[in-house]
Amino acid sequence: MTTSTLDTHLKSAPAAAGGKRRSLKPGWFLVSPSVALLLLWMIIPLGMTIYFSLIRYNLLYPGENQFVGLENFEYFLTDAGFMPGALNTLALVGSVLLISVVFGVLIAALLEACEFWGRGIVRVLLISPFFIMPTVSALVWKNLIFHPVSGILAAIWKFFGAQPVDWLAQHPLLSIIFIVSWQWLPFAILILMTAMQSLDQDQKEAARLDGAGPIAIFWHLTLPHLARPIAVVVMIETIFLLSVFAEIFTTTSGGPGFESTNLAYLIYNHALLQFDVGMASAGGLIAVVIANLAAIVLIRMIGKNLTNQ
Amino acid sequence: MLTLKQSRRLQSVLVGTSSWAIAALIFFPILWMILTSFKTEIDAFATPPQFFFMPTLENYLLINERSDYFSFAWNSLLISSVATLLCMLIAVPAAYSMAFFESRHTKRTLLWMLSTKMLPPVGVLMPIYLICQSLGLLDSRIALIVIYTLINLPIVVWMIYTYFKDIPVDILEAARLDGATTLQEIGRVLLPIARGGLASTMLLSLILCWNEAFWSLNLTSSAAAPLTALVASYSSPEGLFWAKLSAVSTLACAPILIFGWISQKQLVRGLSFGAVK
Repeated sequence: MTTSTLDTHLKSAPAAAGGKRRSLKPGWFLVSPSVALLLLWMIIPLGMTIYFSLIRYNLLYPGENQFVGLENFEYFLTDAGFMPGALNTLALVGSVLLISVVFGVLIAALLEACEFWGRGIVRVLLISPFFIMPTVSALVWKNLIFHPVSGILAAIWKFFGAQPVDWLAQHPLLSIIFIVSWQWLPFAILILMTAMQSLDQDQKEAARLDGAGPIAIFWHLTLPHLARPIAVVVMIETIFLLSVFAEIFTTTSGGPGFESTNLAYLIYNHALLQFDVGMASAGGLIAVVIANLAAIVLIRMIGKNLTNQ
Repeated sequence: MLTLKQSRRLQSVLVGTSSWAIAALIFFPILWMILTSFKTEIDAFATPPQFFFMPTLENYLLINERSDYFSFAWNSLLISSVATLLCMLIAVPAAYSMAFFESRHTKRTLLWMLSTKMLPPVGVLMPIYLICQSLGLLDSRIALIVIYTLINLPIVVWMIYTYFKDIPVDILEAARLDGATTLQEIGRVLLPIARGGLASTMLLSLILCWNEAFWSLNLTSSAAAPLTALVASYSSPEGLFWAKLSAVSTLACAPILIFGWISQKQLVRGLSFGAVK
């Protein structure tokens, strides 16, 4: 599919240019600032990170910067926090994506099902969490919702005669998944809702006249139409979910143990709390590699959906 | 047996009720935060939670005494808007040439740009921290502006690219035949047509900058600290001060929340990333 669109562009481009050389020139001249800046933004820090990762560099022991080869990588990969960190990162990204896509589709479908009173207000309420900064939503959930004494959930548990749960201590990762999903579900609803509005109503009406029930229409008509927007949601959310930080920083500090530590937080921990720049850099590079693997897989899976217009 | 009209009505009532219930559930944490900010500390910590109480402004007054809200808010506003404008300035030409002078490399360049966003910020925290330190840019607005511009650039380029893609090339060709220069072509023809899309791109960029909490927490301390840092400074666990925490959170979120509510129609319409075809 990609090649076919590229082909048509290749065919049409020279025709449109028609001897005018202008059509090629402004192209690279105008793109280059963005590309150059992003390259700098990528290469300089990355180069420095590679360099740091190969030397012993601890801010607590200045002056001892000898070359240590891959020692930092070895330490990081065998660190007690690495495996839990990697698995937690995957669990966090995967479950938030699943929650936001599934509930996003369902809620968007509900909102678009028919007119009802106060639809505008409902929409405003639904997308509000997207505007709230991560530190604030983490703090609100931690102190006002999850708190085992004064939190809302504790009150509900007590109302039903159950023992209140200390969510962030007993189910730290689950709680963080909850908070992060709350932040990102609105984004999914927003995009999927816009997509549904563009669905051909005549087609829907025709299917209905042919005797298709609402579930059949949803399954055979709406869902296929949503492939592209879902790809967009997955792409954008993955980018942000891979580096979730503030939510963990403000609620559990990665604990207890490493139960809610993701890679981003683990590296932060080495760099700014233990001042071990060398090891943090090695960890950073490993995170970059993992992120890029994820990116390659994602682009393979959904890239077609993203770029084919 | 229900008539068609009755069943439509019933459906509308059912859909409406469940939508309202879900919206209330999702909005509840924000509502609760705002309510708590008007409570006394004793009311805020009371069990069971109080929905009816004597509202008080004491938390807001106390916060204003303890820290200068407006200096934080000014930093947030300045950093977000300058970074957004800068980002647009760099991204519009790039998106323009990618959309209208597509080459074999365009799609790969776009995907590469997006992939730079996959780079977790922690991976480059140390180098950026040390660069800022050696340039004397720690705790400065300039550092945050530059960083925000760069981290939002890929998404902004991509969004604008998808809007430009929707504009028929013929319109630009016509302007060109009338003798318009490239600058005139962009400024007089393209930008007015893509106004809506550009506005929603700027909205998204503003929201992302305003809420960014990794670089702002790690690179600023006081002089350039935006609202995210103000909130973080109230999060230390000493004593019971849910109410003050809620008040400071409400203050930090109110500007962008109100702004978001006003502009949500525009944002919803624009936030498609080319997904709607």
